[in-house]
Amino acid sequence: MNVRIVFGGASSRIGMALCACAVAVLAAAPFWAGRDDLFLLSQIYCYLALASLWNLLAGYAGLVSVGQQAYVGLGAYVLFALAILAGVSPLWAIPLAGVFSAAIAIPVALLVFRLRGHYFAIGTWIVAEVFRLIASQVSMLGGGSGTSLPAAVIVGIAPSRQLRDFIIYWIALGLVVAIVALIVLLLRSRYGLALKAIRDSELAAICNGIDVKRTKFLVYCLTAFGTAMIGALIFLQRLRVSPDAAFSVNDWTAFVIFITVIGGIGRIEGPIVGTVVFFALRQTLSDFGALYLLMLGAVAILVMLIAPKGIWGLVVERFGWQVFPLERKVVLDAATVARE
Amino acid sequence: MPEPLLAVRRLDAFYGDIQALFGVGMDVTAGEAVAVIGANGAGKSALLKSIAGLLQAPPAAILFAGEPIGGMPAYAVAARGIALVPEGRGLFASLTVEENLLIGGQLKRPGPWTLPRIYDLFPALAERRRLPSTALSGGQQQMAALGRALMANPRLLLCDELSLGLAPIVVRDIYARLPAILGEGVSVVLVEQDIVQALRAAQRVYCLQEGRVALAGAAKDLTREQIAAAYFGV
Amino acid sequence: MEWVNVILQGVLVGGLYAMFAAGLSLIFGVMRLVNIAHGDLIVLAAYLALVTTETLGIGPLTALVIVVPVMALIGYALQRLVLNRTLGDDLLPPLLVTFGLSVIIQNGLLELFTADSQKLQAGAIEVATVPLASGVYVGVLPLVQFAVAVAVIAALQFIFYRTPLGRAFRATADDAQVAQLMGLDNRHVFALAMALSLAMVAIAGVFLAVRANFDPSQGPSRLIFGFEAVIIGGLGSLWGTLAGGLILGVAQAIGAHLSPGWQILAGHIAFLIILAVRPEGLFPKVRA
Repeated sequence: MNVRIVFGGASSRIGMALCACAVAVLAAAPFWAGRDDLFLLSQIYCYLALASLWNLLAGYAGLVSVGQQAYVGLGAYVLFALAILAGVSPLWAIPLAGVFSAAIAIPVALLVFRLRGHYFAIGTWIVAEVFRLIASQVSMLGGGSGTSLPAAVIVGIAPSRQLRDFIIYWIALGLVVAIVALIVLLLRSRYGLALKAIRDSELAAICNGIDVKRTKFLVYCLTAFGTAMIGALIFLQRLRVSPDAAFSVNDWTAFVIFITVIGGIGRIEGPIVGTVVFFALRQTLSDFGALYLLMLGAVAILVMLIAPKGIWGLVVERFGWQVFPLERKVVLDAATVARE
Repeated sequence: MPEPLLAVRRLDAFYGDIQALFGVGMDVTAGEAVAVIGANGAGKSALLKSIAGLLQAPPAAILFAGEPIGGMPAYAVAARGIALVPEGRGLFASLTVEENLLIGGQLKRPGPWTLPRIYDLFPALAERRRLPSTALSGGQQQMAALGRALMANPRLLLCDELSLGLAPIVVRDIYARLPAILGEGVSVVLVEQDIVQALRAAQRVYCLQEGRVALAGAAKDLTREQIAAAYFGV
Repeated sequence: MEWVNVILQGVLVGGLYAMFAAGLSLIFGVMRLVNIAHGDLIVLAAYLALVTTETLGIGPLTALVIVVPVMALIGYALQRLVLNRTLGDDLLPPLLVTFGLSVIIQNGLLELFTADSQKLQAGAIEVATVPLASGVYVGVLPLVQFAVAVAVIAALQFIFYRTPLGRAFRATADDAQVAQLMGLDNRHVFALAMALSLAMVAIAGVFLAVRANFDPSQGPSRLIFGFEAVIIGGLGSLWGTLAGGLILGVAQAIGAHLSPGWQILAGHIAFLIILAVRPEGLFPKVRA
């Protein structure tokens, strides 16, 4: 009897084709978009990446962290430290920040995995606070008020401002595509199957021989890696870092969580939908200040109570679409079918 | 024929999408003991849970003293005088024996059953009143669960598999208390896998088979062959 | 002698932390819900006290008479209307909803009151001191707050273990379905628990408002302190929570004494050490 595992279906083939077109168009953006638009686009990419990573952590591995800002800030500070103190080019500093943060994530995970569920969530928040407080004590990097990227380092990226903007934009696009692609590949691998099993029933997963602890550990460190790189990029673009900005719960956790929840948790397409909705709302409501955050919180609560699977979840239930080829189908060969 | 205290009429019950009862009907008159027997999965527990309000039911499918109670939430059903002794005892692990009994009386319904009377009925509980409920043996836990249900001064007592996991001598000990309970005017529905005990204790018997009533009648009138046929569905 | 003062200050503030924690602990014990908006509700209570004292011209301690019932009512309504719908096996809905609530409260307060620091005036009692031993003086206000904190925890312990309400809480926490069979409406029991928790939050909020400056952004740190106190003390034990609060307070006081910037960090480090070395806490109650 011969069986094959086939990923995806008609809708995912269309979806992937559309994605490829979109990426091509966006890659050419420096030639058709203005400076402000490029800036907005890179912000969108960063949030999309952060939301996708948080989705992997919470929606797939069941690790609901309210402390990912720890790695955003850590990545940012490592980049600034490497650039200011060691003269490392910021472009190299981004992946280095990722690796360093993944390494830090290991002892953090060992500590924080001792807590479960809601307590785990708050524990991650505390870790982020610890990072923030330590960062405010490091006077070499500006202490509580932070520091700026030195001019020499900035110029080192590229001679002209326009070229710098283009390079940073392409890095942002490249990073988000790489991160989403990596997440898809992870979910298609046997680790992905393990994650699905863990999400559905941890006990059953353990009984089936899945090393739950190791899988969660791996996902936590990978997420830290990606989150830190994005953090490094964000603050590279801002040219300035400070503890409150780098480790802000609102900017890097509240928004990210709302994006993922509204878009649809536990599905890759969710963060994409959520990011689009979030930025659309922001462009229209940005004048309202604190009221905007308030409304966002209210919308997130309503979504959780009424449509917990988010916008994309509703779409899936209604139409069964998938953009990314992730659904596994078992296909029997002709001979096997004939025998039945 | 007096108006039944409990009347179940054409009851369908579902666990999620799976149907457990198909058009079941049952009567319990005041002061009598009725046994419900059947193999595993026959739907006996589903019947009790529907009456107690733990499973959804159409309002008119279950009438208690003439009032439609089908689909009412469990706490409302309890307030009307129906007490369920759940399968597996269901004692509260964080509470002591006495606290378990006291919480049974939470509703403060008037009636003969008070803490001293329960301790009279089950002296073993009196000795262990301050112990955590988890420290009791299986039989003592069953007595505590029964006592807790009685503390609510119910008019109808539903017992889900009193004998489950207990040695025969312990089961006999528990069933020996039944006459005292019936004597106070409480009607009892006994769901049992122990057919002998059930037939001895009850006046009437219903036998369920795959969600349907396969046999009903007075306990003394039914023959072994009839019961075996209904139980196993041969 | 200097260190005795430091430890004493830590102990006194620790009582306050224990009160933050007790409400959190109660909710988790009864319905397995961690209310991320807990700290923001404490700040809300502080602002409520501010409004009450300013419009009615009464002192903060008198304001308690209004703030406590109002917060309790808010708690009942919140649980009944919103949070009861999130309860279940999945931990995401309650976590995300309370997180959303936290954001709403913080930004709502920001809109209404701006980010300016506020403080409630309690009059002469704020600066009065009482000599405990030679050279050791303790503020009357912190002492009173500490005494009230201990009293609140003792009262909670009493309610939980010696009253029908407490029995109802414990039974519902053990097995919500069987509790229904006893005539207990889960929705009502949970709402009562939240009302009780917010009553304690109200007291904590008023004390916070009198003791130090407060502003809308302080919620998360109150939550974190309460949470750390619970974990250090051990899950499931109210006296353990008191001990946890005291230890946290002392750790912070020692940190502050070494260097002002180290105050909060010292508390976090104490928490992380306990987490690393004895994750079940110092006085956990083993639950079946």
